[in-house]
Amino acid sequence: MKPAQESKGAAIDLESISKAYGGFKALDGVSLRIEPGEFMTLLGPSGSGKTTTLNVVAGFTDVTSGKLLVGGRNVVGVPAHKRNIGVVFQHYALFTHMSVGRNVAYPLTLRGVDQAERKARVARALDMVKMGDFAHRYPSELSGGQQQRVALARAIVFDPPLLLMDEPLGALDKKLREWLQLEIKRIHRELGTTFVYVTHDQEEALVLSDRIAVFNRGRIEQVGTGRELYDEPATLFVGRFIGDSTVLRGEVRSDGASTALTIAGETVTAPRRIAGETSPVMLLRPEKLAIRRPGQDAAGTTNRLPGTIAEAIYLGSGSKYEVRLDDGSTAIVRSPLTGDSFGLGDKVELCFDGADAKLLAEDSSADATLT
Amino acid sequence: MSASDPTNAPVAQPAAEGRPGWAWRPFALAAPALILLVAVIGYPLFIIVLRSLSEPQWGVQNYVWFFGAPVNLTVLQRTFAISAWVTLVCVIAAYPYAYLMTAVGPRVRLALVLCVLIPFWVSGVVRTLSWVILLQDSGVINSLLRAAGFDGIKLIRTQTGVVIGMAQVLLPFMILPLYSVMKGIDLRLMRAAQSLGARPSRAFFTVYLPLSLPGVYAGAIIVFILALGFYITPALLGGPRSTMLSTLVQTQVLSLLQWGRGGAMGVVLLVATFVLLALAAPVMRSRYREAGRH
Repeated sequence: MKPAQESKGAAIDLESISKAYGGFKALDGVSLRIEPGEFMTLLGPSGSGKTTTLNVVAGFTDVTSGKLLVGGRNVVGVPAHKRNIGVVFQHYALFTHMSVGRNVAYPLTLRGVDQAERKARVARALDMVKMGDFAHRYPSELSGGQQQRVALARAIVFDPPLLLMDEPLGALDKKLREWLQLEIKRIHRELGTTFVYVTHDQEEALVLSDRIAVFNRGRIEQVGTGRELYDEPATLFVGRFIGDSTVLRGEVRSDGASTALTIAGETVTAPRRIAGETSPVMLLRPEKLAIRRPGQDAAGTTNRLPGTIAEAIYLGSGSKYEVRLDDGSTAIVRSPLTGDSFGLGDKVELCFDGADAKLLAEDSSADATLT
Repeated sequence: MSASDPTNAPVAQPAAEGRPGWAWRPFALAAPALILLVAVIGYPLFIIVLRSLSEPQWGVQNYVWFFGAPVNLTVLQRTFAISAWVTLVCVIAAYPYAYLMTAVGPRVRLALVLCVLIPFWVSGVVRTLSWVILLQDSGVINSLLRAAGFDGIKLIRTQTGVVIGMAQVLLPFMILPLYSVMKGIDLRLMRAAQSLGARPSRAFFTVYLPLSLPGVYAGAIIVFILALGFYITPALLGGPRSTMLSTLVQTQVLSLLQWGRGGAMGVVLLVATFVLLALAAPVMRSRYREAGRH
């Protein structure tokens, strides 16, 4: 989280923003408050509305209804070039006919900044992204990662109170992406401006963000820190989208204080219930599950489900198993190296504490949109 | 992609190094074209130069004659002036048209391409005669003007008429190269420029226009050079005050049988064209270099 000191960033308020294309609702009543200086990530699968939201804030897309405040000012109807918002695009969008230096100087030239100051600010922005030696190069002479750093310098050189980034690392390979994530984090810290970052990569969102807004089908499912989304998903979609998860579905029987699920003849229970939900599912994180050989004593776990090892993956720091349950569904288990190791086809028992199971309302779109 | 694309280089080289004979194969394949070029361009050009220096006797008397007669210099100058006007008219007419072609869907684009090309498939003489009907004093344009209450204007047998007719004939040579460059311009750059604070017109002049210049140059060179050698259109639409060099060449060679003088005029036109292109090259090359980097 940002320290309490005075922030240079702008607050953003989206108030029930909707955007319809004909009958299709790209955004369906999106409301979100982004604090000054916050690093907010809009996370979701493609077509979920996250990029549309970004384009609405940037001024590239107009809204069908709703209000958008940037720094307290309603900017609905204000064209993009008057909004003073930095934008970084996935495709870099550098001007190929200009050198790196002229690209970065472009927004300053438009603002009538005199030459001496322009030079100093271009140099400072390029130094910030560690491209200070490349001012005379042309974009085509740079690698993808270098081009994106130049694009970042160009988007921050005019000190916008808000920086929007639309999957800026999407075209880069994994190593470079991870390194640039840390660079972006550092730059956010140094600038203190508000960052809004769009990605479909939940790991990237967890690395970068103060808070994450999870988008699905034109709506925000949940807003929270990475930990909140992982530990306390509000919906099945959020639970599935953030991190690995196992979803147990079965015949539901719930009494006053607990919910029991019967899966292929075996019953598991969780010591709570959701009011009004007749067919909840259970969601379990991989580290909350354990596997044991059948019949082995498992003290302290309240629930057991028989299954077969379908996949065993050695991760270095531990092992990851996929366990095929008797009802045909798959559970994902992460176990430390110190535990037993299992081979493909081994008969096992899946054990977990009912208190660790999250009860969530069934949502058939959660599985379909994951790909 | 530019030639400096690193992914291209390693693929091409091992083949060339591995088998020495490979380096010559492209030339072997291009041989028919090379032979044709030498036979139908190189040899006649050589003969033109030779005859300009050898008829009626050896010496530079044909060149002395050309530069000694003011009318020749006037016509040479006019030839370049008309070609420059035609080029300008073509750029102005073609630029929005080519842009429209990049902005519409495939069906409309096909229709637009056909609109450019169909007149092109009609014989030049027929097309020029159509222009005579349109432009003449009692022609379609003047009839319409008079019907609307305006005075008629003199179009036929004027330089304006020649420029209009030539520009129409040459328009496809401007539109097609422009379109091929414009369709490669990433329109998302305009959005980026706007996010950086450029209003749409500023974004156009600082981003789109510079990126489209290679197409303008390519089209302008083709149109300008083709215009220099035009014969039928200026002969039919023009008057004595809009005679172009090709008409003079025709008079010398076919009417007066002065092959040496005709040759000298051709050589002067060729050399003048080369000089002009050499002067324009540095400007265009630097633009090409930059815009070629995608």
